[in-house]
Amino acid sequence: MINEKIAGTAEVIQKTNVIEVAHASKIYGDITALDDISLSVAQGEMFGLIGPNGAGKSTLFKLMLGLISPTSGNIRVHGVPIDGRDFRAVRRRIGYLPESFVTYDNLTGLEILRLFADLKQVPRSSCAALLERVGLADAAGRRVSGYSKGMRQRLGFAQVLLGKPDLIFLDEPTNGLDPQGIHDFYQILRQVQAQGATIILTSHILAEIQERVDRLVILQTGHIAAQGTLAQLRTQRVLPSVIEVTLAPGQQARIEAGLARMAGLQISMNGQRARISCLPAQKVAVLELLFGLGGAVQDIAVHEPSLEDLFLGYGGQHVQAH
Amino acid sequence: MFKRIEWAQVRVIAAKEWRERIRNWWVLAVAVIFALFALAIAYFGSAQQGSVGFHGIDVTIASLVSLVIYLVPLIAMILGYDAIVGERERGSLELLLSMPITRFEILLGKYLGLSAALACATAVGFGAGLLPLANQLGPRDLYHYAGFVFSAILMGMAFLSLSLWLSVVSQDRMRASGMAIGTWFFFVLVFDLLLMGLLVASKGSLGSTVFASLLMLNPADVFRMLNIFSSQQVQTMYGLATVMPDSLTNPMVLMSIMLGWIIVPFLFANWRFK
Repeated sequence: MINEKIAGTAEVIQKTNVIEVAHASKIYGDITALDDISLSVAQGEMFGLIGPNGAGKSTLFKLMLGLISPTSGNIRVHGVPIDGRDFRAVRRRIGYLPESFVTYDNLTGLEILRLFADLKQVPRSSCAALLERVGLADAAGRRVSGYSKGMRQRLGFAQVLLGKPDLIFLDEPTNGLDPQGIHDFYQILRQVQAQGATIILTSHILAEIQERVDRLVILQTGHIAAQGTLAQLRTQRVLPSVIEVTLAPGQQARIEAGLARMAGLQISMNGQRARISCLPAQKVAVLELLFGLGGAVQDIAVHEPSLEDLFLGYGGQHVQAH
Repeated sequence: MFKRIEWAQVRVIAAKEWRERIRNWWVLAVAVIFALFALAIAYFGSAQQGSVGFHGIDVTIASLVSLVIYLVPLIAMILGYDAIVGERERGSLELLLSMPITRFEILLGKYLGLSAALACATAVGFGAGLLPLANQLGPRDLYHYAGFVFSAILMGMAFLSLSLWLSVVSQDRMRASGMAIGTWFFFVLVFDLLLMGLLVASKGSLGSTVFASLLMLNPADVFRMLNIFSSQQVQTMYGLATVMPDSLTNPMVLMSIMLGWIIVPFLFANWRFK
């Protein structure tokens, strides 16, 4: 009974929205950067923000951080309006990594981290451990002017983690990191999320974000083109599955004849390889048909539509839905 | 947004600005320049009168005033023009603004930190420059000299305030530096010429009160007046000074006007810092 109650409370807490954006618009002169944006981010969620350049991602980030005010609509973070007096307290619990982390080149890594620790009123003693955590312990005493782009990004990430923030904004966070750096970065991010932090990130490496975010928003020219989980987005816009088949020599005609019985397939043949795109619903039927051909097929690979395909479908080149 | 000023945040920014100026040798370099000039002028300042050597603090101050009136505003403008626009252009301002700090606190912290660097360089430079002559100076001399250094710092702070304003309103560093040099040029070179032209064109109908009031529109002239009217001996060296109305020769009045030159541009900067 008590356990149930606790579980119930936990569920309620989980559903608390950390960020609520209601009908927010931002207009600069005659340019509408954001038009009637409504979204919410729940506590503990990893939330992705995707869109081509100029879609309004940065503007939306700046609004949620309270760096700019909306032309209309309102935005609350932890229930506090971004232009309210109490927002300073909210800011202390926010970690933000801008798209390019630029600081003061003639200070050392440790000095810069201490500067931000002071501003966030976090004990300076936590700085050395944070530099260690992001792999910069050896470079702590060196001036940032000698840092590589990856090292700067690591320093920026250490700055984000100051004071154990419960809300983290990351703008293209893995920019400039090598594969090991990206791996380390997400490892730390998962630990932080496991401790209950809410994370909002943008990335242009879509395959990278796709594996990690719980939910995402796709922005296009200031509008929300789609939002939801990856699965929801996939059903909102049907994308073809692609089946690649390697054929046994001399079997092309047989395969073509077999596939011709099904409608709505797009087939391209290239020697011993066939590339079949079909609706997700047809996938199993196509595979059964291929298996039925026995020795004619040597190998089969199935490609599901990626977020990249979705993204292109929304943001750029249109993918035809049947 | 959050209206109450948190002085701890102001101090953090001020300390950062100060540390950067110490780190890049700015304070030391400016101090050395000032020291060399002070020494050279104390010793050679009266060379055109046909002799070299120290001829008393009043003569030294009078000579230093004509030099400092060019040099300190220029150094202050160069120090301040980059403060905001530089961070905006490089991209570090956005992160700073995302911290729990207000724009006012950032601006004030920067102003105080840069002022401290300027004040330190000025005081140390002019102090060190006079050290070799220390045994020839009495308490009165030191008092006057300290007054001169203090007024130079205030003038520097006034121009720093102006440059901060330029830094806030400029779109990029190039324009900010151009405007800073232009402002310097206007106040130390053009302004007095314009005033002179006005005086000549008006054929003397311009009253001395009006003339003196117009001088107050230039912090460099306020600095000059401050130093002229603090010493009788210097006053006699400037014939023009005797036409000034009493109300504008009072050092306290002049000092208040100088404070106005420090505060008002800063308030404009704060108003435009969005």
